Amino acid sequence: MSQKSSYEHISVDLKVDNRKPRMVPYKFEYNPHKKGGWWVPLLSIFVALIICAVFILLNGMNPIIIYTKMFQGAFGSSFGISETIVKAIPLLLCGLGVAIAYRIAIWNIGAEGQFLLGAIGATAVTIFLPDLPGALYIPLMLIMGIAAGAIWGLFTALPRTYFQVNELITSLMLNYVALLLLNYLVYEAWRDPAGFNFAGTTEFTPYQMLANIGRTRLHIGLVFALFAVAVLAFMLTKTRWGYELKLLGANPIAAKNAGIKMNKHILIVMMISGGLAGFAGAIEVSGVAGRLMYGISPGYGYTAIIVAWLAKLNPWAMIMTSLFIGGLIVGGYSVQSMGLPLSFSSMLQGAILFCLISGEMISGYRLKKIN
Amino acid sequence: MNKPSIVIEMKDIVKKFGDVIANDHVNFQVEKGEIHALLGENGAGKSTIMSMLSGIYRPDSGSILINGRHVMVRSPKESMALGVGMVHQNFRLVDTLTAIENIILGETNDKWRGASWRKKKQKEIEEIAEKYGLNFPLSVPIWQLSVGEQQRVEIVKTLYRGADIIIFDEPTSVLTPGEVEQLFLTMQELRRNGKTMIITTHKLKEVMEIADRISVMRKGKMIAQMLKEETTIQELANLMVGQEMAEGILIQPVEIGAPIIEVKNLVVRTDQGIHAINGIDFAIHEHEIVGIAGVAGNGQKELAEALTGLIPWKSGEIIFNHKKLVNPSVSELIDKGIAHIPENRMKSGLAGSLGVVENLLMKSYRTEHRAKFGLLNKKANIEWARNLIQQFDVRTPDLLSPVGQLSGGNQQKLLFAREIDLKPKLMIAVHPTQGLDVGATRSVHEMLVHLRETGSGVLLISEDLDEIMQLSDRILVLYNGKINGNLKRGQAEKEMIGQLMAGVTNQKGAFDESKVVV
Repeated sequence: MSQKSSYEHISVDLKVDNRKPRMVPYKFEYNPHKKGGWWVPLLSIFVALIICAVFILLNGMNPIIIYTKMFQGAFGSSFGISETIVKAIPLLLCGLGVAIAYRIAIWNIGAEGQFLLGAIGATAVTIFLPDLPGALYIPLMLIMGIAAGAIWGLFTALPRTYFQVNELITSLMLNYVALLLLNYLVYEAWRDPAGFNFAGTTEFTPYQMLANIGRTRLHIGLVFALFAVAVLAFMLTKTRWGYELKLLGANPIAAKNAGIKMNKHILIVMMISGGLAGFAGAIEVSGVAGRLMYGISPGYGYTAIIVAWLAKLNPWAMIMTSLFIGGLIVGGYSVQSMGLPLSFSSMLQGAILFCLISGEMISGYRLKKIN
Repeated sequence: MNKPSIVIEMKDIVKKFGDVIANDHVNFQVEKGEIHALLGENGAGKSTIMSMLSGIYRPDSGSILINGRHVMVRSPKESMALGVGMVHQNFRLVDTLTAIENIILGETNDKWRGASWRKKKQKEIEEIAEKYGLNFPLSVPIWQLSVGEQQRVEIVKTLYRGADIIIFDEPTSVLTPGEVEQLFLTMQELRRNGKTMIITTHKLKEVMEIADRISVMRKGKMIAQMLKEETTIQELANLMVGQEMAEGILIQPVEIGAPIIEVKNLVVRTDQGIHAINGIDFAIHEHEIVGIAGVAGNGQKELAEALTGLIPWKSGEIIFNHKKLVNPSVSELIDKGIAHIPENRMKSGLAGSLGVVENLLMKSYRTEHRAKFGLLNKKANIEWARNLIQQFDVRTPDLLSPVGQLSGGNQQKLLFAREIDLKPKLMIAVHPTQGLDVGATRSVHEMLVHLRETGSGVLLISEDLDEIMQLSDRILVLYNGKINGNLKRGQAEKEMIGQLMAGVTNQKGAFDESKVVV
């Protein structure tokens, strides 16, 4: 052969005979049908706690003491428990909202904006209808809150169904629109004229407030939230509609072949999703804040995403996870006095989400023997 | 140098995917400096054997010799190092990068990547492109290039990486006729420069136009290898589809009944606006299996989708059960009695992560037996599902385990159980035995024949000609969106169908080259 081929420099074991047995006769194989069980969220929380413990140590503190203190702050007293539940209520409702969208792979990250619109919608009733009979206020405010949240959800769903606009982007951007709308209202249009420089509306009258439970800040919004869990769980598991959603989530192409219309369901689901977040917003203004004000949400809509995934999108499990995350927020306040920054609890939340997502991914792998 | 030497020799190659044998003791040789066509229908095993040559798969047994040396090709990178490059059917290019960036992507030799380096590389690439007459814009993002230009980028990419042997995988399937001409000129130019080329295809006319030697594969086996001069299009068509009939189930002759569906002058367009089905007429009657034969991509998919309501049709009429269909929805057609076994059961028929009950419910969950007042009858449904899987012999560990973990045969039986339980008037089965072993194939055939006996009509779309010939009462050959042959049972010979599939319009007598449509 006259031609010297260009691959002569490759000399490492190209011969079949050189096939060496592998040192480890195992390999990881991915199986998309294998999913992790209930232990994945628990393990991810545990791993996240360990990761954050390193940072506590770097701050020169003892992580065991910090975690104990956090736990005591959140669950160690009746005050702590009631505060935890107060935080858990909006988390639970927003979590239910995003979870139902995630079940059909609609990535609604706009619960924050839908929550704010719910709060605005409820407050609008108090602003525009100041002379209603007292008993009408709460039902009307809640309905308006739900409707406003649902419409905000539709703003995401409509472009998605008609123009294939990615809902991840629109729902996120609408959060900022909602936030700016809130700021305009509390600083300008609806600002309490007697409120000096406070950025908020006039305080609600007692008729416009949800009843409290006992002598705590805890309010009957808790009952509404638990009721929403039960209704949603029933709808998802027992009804034809729930079955259609399940199918759309599991295989949208097969669902299409079975005559299920994806677009119709996106519209319905996004209205429910937004409606639940709006419900949370309405409950928050009428149950806790007592007025619409700047910073009405410390990011409930975003935190709810963690609540939903920790519960693996199961409504009942979300009661537990919302309490846990609520406790994390309350517990975070109590360790501030020890010198940890407030953002520590956000860091912990982030670490949990990170571990959870990787855990779900990893649990699809199985160790397989190579023959 | 005068005597041609063998550059590629594949000996006794066996490759299995699960129970399916994709390559059954295949022997394949390519001589230096030739254009070698590897001919075969879809699923014949062409792509599998080429994938082993280019390092994507590894053979279960057998050996590969390149330039007379035993080699193990463990990755595309290694195959590239051995001088083998592949131009894939779906190009492996980054859309947002320019041609030059795509070509030098993955280059690891040089540490310095400044402007002068880029200039040097651009010059090298330009030289290669010029040498072989491959012109395309170098500094424009790939997505702005035409398909033909993108393919030229792929060719230059393999040449730039030092390929002496270039594999073209179905290169003409994406090209316009003009671009095909240009590709063939390029290939001839490459041959003049001493490059060896392998082209996989199922288009007979192109084989006769470009190839020096031809290898024919069928059902995982190498059937024949010959020089172009030694053969004719007819012979190749026969070799490709095969002569022998597999032994199969007996079909009792039955009188056909009233027409179930009548299709009149139907035109269906793809998303791109191409007429995939271009004015066809046919009818399916009770007690009748109508088989659609044809090479993939001649309108089968669109026909099935139009008949199941998945896509609208542009013009023409479909009359089902004596009533004209007007923009029917999928669920409307399910209710009217059209069952559908879709092409890829896991992709579009079943939900792999859900259990048996939920998969069985897919088509019938709207009926009163399965759900009342919008609530599912859980207990009754489980009982119903249990009966169905018993009746259809679906082997599953339990009713809740994800169906993605069942074997292919059991998945297909599950799918058939669901569809047959609808008591369909018309069954549309698309590639119903693809990837199934012998036993499961047989059960699928039995179920289709059973449907025919109980009075349903069946539209069978398949690439397996044996299957079509065995089961169909009538065979329609689809070519370029038109019916290129309508044959009764017994009237059809494999040879004739093969030619009709290849676009020959003349049914009897001499082969007429001028009527071959590209």
